[in-house]
Amino acid sequence: MKKLLMATAAAALSAGTASADSHAVKIGIILGFTGPIESLTPHMAAGAELAMSEVSESGNLLDGMKVEPVRADSTCIDSGAATAAAERLITAEGIKGIMGADCSGVTGAILSNAALPNGMVMISPSATSPALSTAEDDGLFFRTSPSDARQGVVMTNVLMDRGIDEIALTYTNNDYGKGLADAFQAAFEEAGGTVTISAAHEDGKADYYAEVGALASAGGERLVVAGYVDQGGSGIVRAALDTGAFDSFHFPDGMIGTALEENFGTEIDGSTGQHPGTDSPGKDRFQDMVGDKFEATSPFAPESYDAAALIMLAMQAAGSVEPGDYKTHVMNVANAPGEKIFPGELGKALEIIADGGDVDYVGATAVDLIGPGESAGNYREIIFEDGAITTVQYR
Amino acid sequence: MDLLNAFIALANFVLVPAIAYGSQLALGALGVTMIYGILRFSNFAHGDTMAFGTMVTILATWWLQGMGVSLGPLPTALLALPVGIAGCMALLLLTDRAVYRFYRAQRAKPVILVIVSMGVMFILNGLVRFIIGPGDQRFADGERFIVNAREFKAATGLEEGLAVKTTQGITLVTAIVVVAALFWFLGRTRTGKSMRAYSDNEDLALLSGINPERVVTITWLIVAALATIAGVLYGLDKSFKPFTYFQLLLPVFASAIVGGLGNPVGAIAGGFIIAFSEVTITYAWKKVLGHALPESLEPSGLVQLLSTDYKFAVSFVILLIVLLFRPTGLFRGKAV
Repeated sequence: MKKLLMATAAAALSAGTASADSHAVKIGIILGFTGPIESLTPHMAAGAELAMSEVSESGNLLDGMKVEPVRADSTCIDSGAATAAAERLITAEGIKGIMGADCSGVTGAILSNAALPNGMVMISPSATSPALSTAEDDGLFFRTSPSDARQGVVMTNVLMDRGIDEIALTYTNNDYGKGLADAFQAAFEEAGGTVTISAAHEDGKADYYAEVGALASAGGERLVVAGYVDQGGSGIVRAALDTGAFDSFHFPDGMIGTALEENFGTEIDGSTGQHPGTDSPGKDRFQDMVGDKFEATSPFAPESYDAAALIMLAMQAAGSVEPGDYKTHVMNVANAPGEKIFPGELGKALEIIADGGDVDYVGATAVDLIGPGESAGNYREIIFEDGAITTVQYR
Repeated sequence: MDLLNAFIALANFVLVPAIAYGSQLALGALGVTMIYGILRFSNFAHGDTMAFGTMVTILATWWLQGMGVSLGPLPTALLALPVGIAGCMALLLLTDRAVYRFYRAQRAKPVILVIVSMGVMFILNGLVRFIIGPGDQRFADGERFIVNAREFKAATGLEEGLAVKTTQGITLVTAIVVVAALFWFLGRTRTGKSMRAYSDNEDLALLSGINPERVVTITWLIVAALATIAGVLYGLDKSFKPFTYFQLLLPVFASAIVGGLGNPVGAIAGGFIIAFSEVTITYAWKKVLGHALPESLEPSGLVQLLSTDYKFAVSFVILLIVLLFRPTGLFRGKAV
């Protein structure tokens, strides 16, 4: 028995050393593979791994260094489990950067409990909470998705440009709805607009007459519905149309989808909205590159590719894989000046950096990092015409 | 100051929805009160009985729509309603034979029957989700409006619009017809009289030769019809989702208890009291007052007593007040 144990231990050890290639760098992918967004995370992880294999195959990263992805589960909701997963990757696996995490809550927890004490760089593809902009991060935290505060500002601009300065606001009663509604209200009032009422609605109710009654009483030129199209958001719009309380609306990202066209069609003509989107050629190139390996249009899959790419470009720029060295280079490779880099050109970008040149990483989502290292965000402004969602412009 | 606009705004957001909701609650509460009066227990499975009857109706509606049958401007569901009622009757008779008869034979205490009905509730709950799924189902078709808000504004030139949905009209008409038929049945027919006798005094009724099993069977049949009609009207007017029917149990019971358990008139009154309190207390009165009061007195706030999130709390509070000060309910039903 003892011999057997020894033998297994020895085998495990040798297996361990065999896989730990001295000429490879490990990057952690911490996403909620179980939990509320488990349908999105496989595509996000595949996006990040695509960037890593592209770099490995090019052989241009720091004298032909390979990149190994290591996955861990953030659960999206359990901060304790997410922190433990990150801690394990940092101490046991020896990763040099984190692509993640996904949901805002666990991202904040990993940042303060694991990344900060260990000096680990993390780039989140999907955490959008405004609170993360001001979190203490020692310059270690970045995100390739915009903060919801940014959407509030864009939304204000869309409405103000149409001369609408008095609105009623309703939001779905959760972190997303509340965060977005508060950010929008602050931006709108700062721009001189009036929010007549800001009322929450619960998802999954049978009807929303009572909620709409209160909204109608407060009045406003337009009703802003920060909800979900498959949930209470559509119920609110239906009740508002039925009672004649409002006939035009403004929809943030959670409301925009084909279901909105199917549910209401021409009834909401003239209504406006915006959701993250870009007309940058990077989007199409990313889709071509992915083909049918995974869903390139799945939310946050392109952002994941960009997050992983930024980590590796920054390593190249610093000439080191140590987070403490390359954290100051993330902003440089992401922004102008330099040659624009699209998906599929990571090998070229690494070469330019090695030769002492500058790159401006555009990637799949037109990355442009602002403020504390978060994406400026690109939004597609839409309007309903003849019952169909039509693009007005990109902001 | 503009009383006409104030009245239209009030009608649009308070009167019309509350009358429709009140009718639906009243029909639901009638079912609860019948079971309480005759079978002598609070049937917690009532909300899910409504869901089951509605589900059968929805399935029949889809089948009819698939066959290309429609009622023109009226919803096809009205045509499918008898199928739903029959399905619900079969279910209730089955649960009575399989579950309640056993406890009745033992002369079990009401509290045991209440717990038993909770068991039935959970089984029905699962059954409905298993068959039709937990999501939202829409099955309303035909003309959506009797009075359309935009057209009303254009036709009258008033500032406020008034909307009356077809389903709201159907709800009110159906509720009046059903209630009239029920009262005629209970008051005029021999079977109805025997049911009331059984409810008043079981032993005396048995002595005078009333067959208890027959009374019980007929009660379940009537309850099945009431529950299915209430459920279908609610689903047509709003939307069908198993979980909201489960939640309906609270306002339905509140209506029955406020009116006085076992008293049909009380159930109807209770339904409207609960519906009107829920709607008026959570309504923001700014618009109506703005029209009704002279400009100098116009309110600047919303004049909303409670946020709409607390709708259900209103039924609870009314229930508590009634139970504290008048445990038999407003119309002298049986004490709970």
